[in-house]
Amino acid sequence: MTAKRTILILGAASGIARALARTLALEGHALILAGRDEDDLRRSVQDLETRFGGSYHACGFDATDWPSHDGFVKRCDELAGHALDDVVIAYGAMARQNEAAADPDLARQMIDVNLVSVICLGNRFADLLQARGKGTIAILSSVAGDRGRQSNFIYGAAKAGVSAYCQGLRNRLARHGVHVLTIKPGFVDTPMTQGLLNPRSPLVASPERVARDIAQAIRRRSNTLYTPWFWRYIMLVIRLVPESIFKRLRL
Amino acid sequence: MALSGWGNFPTEVCRTYRETQARELAALVCDVAERRLIPRGLGRSYGDAALNREGVVDVSGRDRLIAFDETNGMLECEAGVSLACIVATFLPRGWFLPVTPGTKFVTVGGAIAADVHGKNHHVDGTLGNFVHELELLTADGSVLRCSRERNREAFCATLGGMGLTGIILSAKLTLRRVQSAYVRQTTIKCANLDVALERLEQSNDDYRYSVGWIDCLASGGSLGRTVLMLANEAAGHGMRVTARAQLGMPFNLPSSAFNLRTVTAFNAAYYRRQREGEQLIDYYRYFYPLDAIRSWNRMYGRRGFIQYQALVPLGTARGALVELLEAVSQAGLASFLAVLKRSGNAGEGILSFPFPGYTLALDIPNRGDATRHLARTLDRILLRHGGRIYLAKDAVTDAETFAAMYPSLPSFRSAKGRLDPAGRFSSSLSRRVGIST
Repeated sequence: MTAKRTILILGAASGIARALARTLALEGHALILAGRDEDDLRRSVQDLETRFGGSYHACGFDATDWPSHDGFVKRCDELAGHALDDVVIAYGAMARQNEAAADPDLARQMIDVNLVSVICLGNRFADLLQARGKGTIAILSSVAGDRGRQSNFIYGAAKAGVSAYCQGLRNRLARHGVHVLTIKPGFVDTPMTQGLLNPRSPLVASPERVARDIAQAIRRRSNTLYTPWFWRYIMLVIRLVPESIFKRLRL
Repeated sequence: MALSGWGNFPTEVCRTYRETQARELAALVCDVAERRLIPRGLGRSYGDAALNREGVVDVSGRDRLIAFDETNGMLECEAGVSLACIVATFLPRGWFLPVTPGTKFVTVGGAIAADVHGKNHHVDGTLGNFVHELELLTADGSVLRCSRERNREAFCATLGGMGLTGIILSAKLTLRRVQSAYVRQTTIKCANLDVALERLEQSNDDYRYSVGWIDCLASGGSLGRTVLMLANEAAGHGMRVTARAQLGMPFNLPSSAFNLRTVTAFNAAYYRRQREGEQLIDYYRYFYPLDAIRSWNRMYGRRGFIQYQALVPLGTARGALVELLEAVSQAGLASFLAVLKRSGNAGEGILSFPFPGYTLALDIPNRGDATRHLARTLDRILLRHGGRIYLAKDAVTDAETFAAMYPSLPSFRSAKGRLDPAGRFSSSLSRRVGIST
C-alpha cells in the first residue's frame, strides 16, 4: 500500500480528472478538487465521500483570472493543512483547428488556458513544493505537442510548450526532491473531445484506463507517460518522419 | 453515429448528445426545439428503445452518487450511475440492489424507465417499488420532483415510461441489507414444462430468487425441459467475492455459426451437464452470469438478434407456453436456452411490464423475414391468451398489437400529453408501437 497523500487536481471536472479523482480516492488519498464550477465540484466531493469515505474539498478557480492565482494557491495550501503532496494540472481547452485559425480571440484563449496559465500556476506550486523538498507535479500535455500537424496545431503548439515547460521544471526541481511528470494522453473519449473522435475506434481510450495509468505513473515517479502505452511508439514513428516528407502528409 | 441496442438490430444513424450537467441538458431540451430527443444510458435495451435519428441524449456520464444513509439503505444518485457501480460500492458494505435485471451494465435511469424486474419478482415486484423520488427534466426545461406523494402521475408515467416523459436526472431508491455476498442455490432438473411449472409453483413461497433455463428446441415429451435455479440469501459467508477473469468476444461470430444442429446439441449438453442439489454461489455468478463475457451479443453475428420476452397470465400459462414453445421449435430458428420466470404483482408504472403469470424470454437470431414471421406468430399467441411483450426487449411488434397488449396505453398517452404536449421525447420504439407519433 502506498502512503496516503494529499493531492490537488486542477480542472477536476474534466473527463480524465474525474476518473483520476476516483482512482486516487480508491487508493485512499485526500483530494482537493479545483475548477471553475465550485457547486459542481461539491457534487463530485459528495460522490467521492459516498463511494469511498475519506476527506475531499472543492475549491473554485479560473485559470485565466491571473490576479486570483496567488490567493488560490494559498487557499489550496490551507485546505491541504499546509501539507500538500502532489499537484495534478488536468484542465485543457480544445477548439477545432479551423475555428481557432479564423478567430484570433479563440486562438489566444487556447494558448492562455493550455499554456500560459499552466506556466504561471506551475511556477507557484513549484515554489511551494520546493520549499518542502518533496511532492510531485503532474501536468497533462498531449501527443498533439510531439509534432505539429495541420489538423490540430494551435492546440498542439500550446501542448508542445507545456511539454518543454515540464522538462525544464523537472530539471529545476530534481535536486530538490520534487518530481515532475509529463502526461501525454492519446485520443481519449471525454467531453472535451466529444464530436471530434469516434469513441468506438480502437485508438480511443476510456478516461478510466488513462486515469489508472496516471495514478501508477505518479506512484512510480515516471518522467513522461504516454497513455495508452502504444502512443509512445506511434509518436516515435511520427517524429522520425523527415520534415521534407511530413510537410506533404495529410495528418 | 450509428447506434443500436444490445441486440445489434436495428441499427440507426442517430445524432448523439452527451451533455451531463442539468443546466446543459435543460438548454438542450429547450434549444433544439424542433428536434425530438430520447435519453439513453448504457444501451442495454435490446431493440430500438434508445434509438432516435433526430437526437439521442447519452446521459451515462451523469454518474455521481449523491448520498447514502447507512441506517435505512436510502441511496440518492444521478441517473447515469450504473448498477455495476452500486454493487461494487455497496455490496462490500452489506447492501445489494432490491431488484436487479440479468446484467449490471445498465443505468439507474434506464432501469427505472424500463421498470425492470429480476429473479425475485414473485416476491418483491419491480424496481419501481423501491424508488421513492425522481428528478425529471421535462420538455419545457424545468425540473419536476416526483414521487408517490408529489406529482404522482408523472412518477407513475416515468416508471416503465421508456424515457418518453423526460430525462430522469436523479433518483432516490432503497437498497436491501444483505448478510453476505452469497446465495445458496438449489438446482432442479425438470424433464418437461409440466414438471417445471409444478416445481416453480411449489417453490414460490420458499425461495426469494428463482429462474429457469429452458431448452426451447426440445420437443415431444421433453418440450419445455428446464433447469431451475432457486436461491435464498446465504448468511454468514462474508462480503468478499474473488474476482473472476473477464472473458471477451472480440469480434462478431459468423451468423452461420449457430444453426439448428449446433444449438440443439449445445442445449442438450447444457441440460445433461447440470447437477441437481445445493451449492453456495456468489452474487455475481448467480445474478450476472453473462456479464462475465463482455460483448456476448456478438455471438449472434453482425445481423444481430431479437430478444422476445413474452408474459402470459397465470390462468392460461401452461397452454400459452406450450404454444409458444411449439412455435419456436417449429420455426427452426436456432434459439439458445431461454429464460422462464414466475412473475408476481403488477408494477405501479402505467406501462410497467409484469403482471402475475409466467414470462419466457428467448433470443432469436435475426434472419430477416423468418424472424419477423416468428415474432408475429408469437404475438398472435400472446394476444389470444391475454399476454404481452416487454418494451425494453422489443424490436418488432406493431402498434395495433401493442395497443391490444397494453390496455393502459390511453392513460399513458394522456399523462405524456400533459408532461410533454409538443411530443419532444420520442424514440424509434415509441413511434413503431404507436405510443407517440
